[in-house]
Amino acid sequence: MNAPAKQPDADIRELSYSEAIREAMGLALERDERVVLMGEDIGVYGGAFQVTGDLVERFGADRVMDTPISELGGAGVAVGAALTGLRPIYEFQFSDFAALAMEQIVNQAAKMRYMLGGEASVPVVFRMPAGSGTGAAAQHSQSFEAWFGHVPGLKVVQPSTPEDAKGLLLAALEDPDPVVMFEHKLLYKMKGHVPEGWYTTQIGKSAIRRHGKDVTIVASAIMVHRALAAAEKLAGEGIEAEIIDLRSVRPIDGETIIGSVRKTGRLLCVYEGVRTLGIGAEISAMIAESEAFDFLDAPVLRLGGAEAPIPYNPDLEKAAVPQIPDIEAAARRLARREV
Amino acid sequence: MTDDNRPFAIRKYDAARLRDALRKMYLIRFFEEGAEDSYMRGLIHGTMHLSIGQEASAVASCMGLTDEDKITSTHRGHGHCIAKGAEVGRMFAEFFGKEEGYCHGRGGSMHIADVTKGNLGANGIVGGGLPIAVGAGLTAKRLNTGAVAICFFGDGANNEGAFHEALNMAAIWKLPVVFICENNKYGMSTSTERSTAVKNIAERAVAYAMPGHTVDGNDFSAVAETVEAAIARARAGEGPSLIENLTYRWRGHSKSDRNRYRSKQEIDEWMARDPIQRFRKELVEHAILDESEAEKVATEARQEVEAGIEFAKSGTAPRIPDLARYVYAEENA
Ligand SMILES: Cc1ncc(C[n+]2csc(CCOP(=O)(O)OP(=O)(O)O)c2C)c(N)n1
Ligand SMILES: [Mg+2]
Repeated sequence: MNAPAKQPDADIRELSYSEAIREAMGLALERDERVVLMGEDIGVYGGAFQVTGDLVERFGADRVMDTPISELGGAGVAVGAALTGLRPIYEFQFSDFAALAMEQIVNQAAKMRYMLGGEASVPVVFRMPAGSGTGAAAQHSQSFEAWFGHVPGLKVVQPSTPEDAKGLLLAALEDPDPVVMFEHKLLYKMKGHVPEGWYTTQIGKSAIRRHGKDVTIVASAIMVHRALAAAEKLAGEGIEAEIIDLRSVRPIDGETIIGSVRKTGRLLCVYEGVRTLGIGAEISAMIAESEAFDFLDAPVLRLGGAEAPIPYNPDLEKAAVPQIPDIEAAARRLARREV
Repeated sequence: MTDDNRPFAIRKYDAARLRDALRKMYLIRFFEEGAEDSYMRGLIHGTMHLSIGQEASAVASCMGLTDEDKITSTHRGHGHCIAKGAEVGRMFAEFFGKEEGYCHGRGGSMHIADVTKGNLGANGIVGGGLPIAVGAGLTAKRLNTGAVAICFFGDGANNEGAFHEALNMAAIWKLPVVFICENNKYGMSTSTERSTAVKNIAERAVAYAMPGHTVDGNDFSAVAETVEAAIARARAGEGPSLIENLTYRWRGHSKSDRNRYRSKQEIDEWMARDPIQRFRKELVEHAILDESEAEKVATEARQEVEAGIEFAKSGTAPRIPDLARYVYAEENA
């Protein structure tokens, strides 16, 4: 499906991205007594981005737990509870604060199963509001997907639509291993079709959002929407871009990406995290090592975040991450082989 | 022992300093009202955390400091910045994202700083400043500068691991640090009753073998007296202290707060204990200035804020090619 395009059907149910996540958490709390939500100000405040909303009224403060401002401890309690039989979903108020909890996520949760020779399981979900564009400056705007993607033992997903946000969260919850879900703050208000009831979206599978023969654009989170907008403009010039929504950073869906590049012969990676040593490096290397290499008609290009913290000034902030015209220009250069 | 029953501040400071303290409290109030208004008009983006109602804590805590002394501040840091001597024009310029701003438009409200005056900066990370202040204390001790570091943090921050680690190190190394917890009853929506095992945060001082004091943070004199004593202790090489200033933020946590966790009655009760009015009354009562002089202080502060906004509006926008400037020293030129 082509999620971001408006659905013509009047009876198709639309929810915002945050409503879709809330619905998933509500279903999980209803269905499974072991599920608890933990995080800062997720109760009566409804969460900093109003994602948990009224869940505390529906399920009570024992299951929608406000923690003190203690990320390392809070994440660790979630890990310990997951290890011993609960199914915690831990919300970081901003993904930036996961930096305070790296120990428990990276040294404990990610490795527990392995270190104990498969005898233990840590089915915890970490929810991470991420990304720039809100004027919140350097410590509230980062994109850490690649950091966590670098850790064997973790799964890392990045939904770009309300439908996937719900489906990936439910898949994360069913998963016996720790899953980190990045939610782009600028997507929370975005509306789209969301199926009713319980369903899961497969972790590790990308989605082709637009078919095209000239250039493959692999994008993640908000960049999917920017890439789709760029593709519409390029179509006017006769350049047909194929847009792949990455959806999962670890595991990464090599099959879909390699298949697309074999067809188009051109690859552009677009992501918000810092460009160097990021998602684009992994995808580029994957292509270089694959059978798609022989089909390349142009060098691979990466568009990523600037080599700088996210600045406060709104014009600088915009310039720090790929925007629609940047994607358009890069894809055009690739298609015309001006690289 | 004297039988001078006047409040500490009146005994300790001369009229000029007291007048300047009142001026700074007004500056903080009007600066934040101006920032709020500019935000409503769309001149400032992002978010901001206002300290209206907490002005006495910021200004009184800094009375015993020189420009050589350091402070670390918080996301609610405009008051600390002004108390440590920053100019409101350059602060507004920062909020407006201009090159003339204290952080050249890169930091905004949450990172406001004035390093030349010893303010090492507000912080976007709750508890982020605590170990940094201990580091400043270590520098002062090793280099024998005689300086102290004052570390401001909120009640919410005292549940971060960084708080506990920082206090312990300051204590074992006897560093010249004064930890000042501005307890305004809530960390965002979570009351201290729900988040914190002890009733008073100052009780935690016991665990780190340092003196702990809980004071009325809206009482200028009480804060000044307690902090001055802790500063003297730190300068004398006797180590750190933990002081808890009980106060209240009148506004919501940030621009998106709907105040669903506290009552209107509670807010009204605290607004009736305005620290600025209280200090002003004290100054008039003790004949430091009369009503018309006090009014003049307020008016001048208001004018300073208005001029600051005009200065900021006429500032220069950063150039896009300078996006990565200041990431490393070599790009700092
Ligand atoms: C490590 C970290 N966790 C959470 C936040 C989000 N946050 C910002 S301010 C705040 C409340 C802080 O409460 P307190 O320390 O009491 O300071 P106050 O806001 O009351 O001045 C929270 C949860 C943050 N900025 N950093
Ligand atoms: Mg507080």
